[in-house]
Amino acid sequence: MAATETFYDVIRRQGITRRSFTKFCSLTAASLGFGPAGAKAMEQALETKERVPVIWMHGLECTCCSESFIRSAHPLVKDVVLSMISLDYDDTIMAAAGKQAEAILEETKQKYKGKYILAVEGNPPLNEDGMFCIDGGKPFVEKLKWMAEDAMAIIAWGACASWGCVQAAKPNPTQATPIDKVIKDKPIIKVPGCPPIAEVMTGVVTFITTFGRLPELDRQGRPQMFYSQRIHDKCYRRPHFDAGQFVEEWDDEGARKGYCLYKMGCKGPTTYNACSTVRWNGGVSFPIQSGHGCIGCSEDGFWDKGSFYDRLTTINQFGIEANADQIGRTAAGVVGAGIVAHAAITAVKRVTTKREKTDA
Amino acid sequence: MSYSETKAADAHGEQAIDRKSVYVYEAPVRIWHWVNALAIVTLALTGYFIGSPLPSQPGEASANFLMGYIRFTHFAAGQVMAIFLILRVYWAFVGNKHARQIFYVPVWSGRFWSEWLHEVKWYTFLARQPKKYVGHNPLAQFTMFFMVTLPMFFMVITGFALYSEGTGRDSWEFKLFGWVFSIFPNSQDVHTLHHLGMWVILTFVMVHIYVAVREDIMSRQSIISSMISGERLFKDEEDD
Repeated sequence: MAATETFYDVIRRQGITRRSFTKFCSLTAASLGFGPAGAKAMEQALETKERVPVIWMHGLECTCCSESFIRSAHPLVKDVVLSMISLDYDDTIMAAAGKQAEAILEETKQKYKGKYILAVEGNPPLNEDGMFCIDGGKPFVEKLKWMAEDAMAIIAWGACASWGCVQAAKPNPTQATPIDKVIKDKPIIKVPGCPPIAEVMTGVVTFITTFGRLPELDRQGRPQMFYSQRIHDKCYRRPHFDAGQFVEEWDDEGARKGYCLYKMGCKGPTTYNACSTVRWNGGVSFPIQSGHGCIGCSEDGFWDKGSFYDRLTTINQFGIEANADQIGRTAAGVVGAGIVAHAAITAVKRVTTKREKTDA
Repeated sequence: MSYSETKAADAHGEQAIDRKSVYVYEAPVRIWHWVNALAIVTLALTGYFIGSPLPSQPGEASANFLMGYIRFTHFAAGQVMAIFLILRVYWAFVGNKHARQIFYVPVWSGRFWSEWLHEVKWYTFLARQPKKYVGHNPLAQFTMFFMVTLPMFFMVITGFALYSEGTGRDSWEFKLFGWVFSIFPNSQDVHTLHHLGMWVILTFVMVHIYVAVREDIMSRQSIISSMISGERLFKDEEDD
């Protein structure tokens, strides 16, 4: 029976040696930032704990999270999907379809009540009773609420599920809403990014399935281990920032020398993610390394903060597109002109009243 | 209240004018005022260059630290401003009643609003004469509260929150001011608001300096020298 099967049983059945298993544990423990004791704890957990079923649902999204996930190198996604978790339902990559597929949801809900993980990619649109996203003949928001009822915890994959992303950008016609604004009574872990880094995704899944609880989260509900530092803090171009050496325009000398992209609108100083340490595609590169600024894709409402290439945010509240400096300069200019005019009137008034007094 | 009783006369027999003076601004308030003025200038200048950095420095990165020095100056001035703000709040409790004035607006007082209106009329050339005030006039109190006191607290709080981004999640700065990011999850917004706050304070500085000079000349009491000596001199002996 699957319910009593441990991870270790499955791993061994798959023909993986104990040596490889130990190696996997130490590698994963290291990537999650644990010490040597962490690897031991992981081994123990995997040997004694039941496999945790994962239900992976898709709302309004572009599947870039799934695309990223299947490219994980440490741990390999094959290990995660086949050995670590029982990915019982993922309508995009599963073999079953139609009624057969939907039956799995019902079965998991009953059999693993309060024990399964609900991973959500994308978000539900709430406008028109959720009619903008129909999944299996029902609005996605209903399916989401239904499956969330008996879940142990929810993983909000990507910027869509965490913040809303592009479909929630102004004016958000479908009223796309992030998961934590719809499900209020379950622990939710946000793994933002558009998409999130593959190793971050598998790392989070590994942690939850191994220890049966969520990793330590920050104020925004993101795992501290991957989202507690800014891109800027670990950026390899940071010395150029501190030195005051910037790319002034694309293809200038500074760009060729790999100077800081701050003036080109890099959002590294306000973006919390692991790109500058974990990097992408198995540690090959990340946007700044290939010469383009960070666009802040793991931050709340990054579509609505003006150009990706401006340092100062566009502020639309004032009706026209302007940034803080333009608004400030205009205000200071108006006040300055007011002061000059006021001083002039004061002087004229004073002279005329004096004349009146001497005349009288 | 103390004022000079003796009337001095020079060799030509011309008598000095009698002027009442009141001790208004105690030493801690005056020191705070000037330290704050210096801090604001430093913070605005360095802050502006953090948002829009100077042209790139030539040479190796290891030989330059311009942005580092600018940021250091900004943070140091910010810490000074914060500490003096705390001391100033303390002095609002233990100092004289004038030390409290910029920390509240008596919105409940009808007299405050009628005198506030009079002051507006004086500035729009509708009133012939301003009233006499030992402390700030109602319009000044109103403006200082909304354009200095509140923005200063806002800048110190958002400033430390932004600083905590660099010092890390375990720092005391983040423990004390991290809640700012619960209100604005994307710190880019905090940067923008901090930037707008600078322009609010700078606009105030312009108005403040102009009005201080103008009042010193036009009104019935001393203004500029009061912030140096602490004494408020009255130019006439009429009431009110």
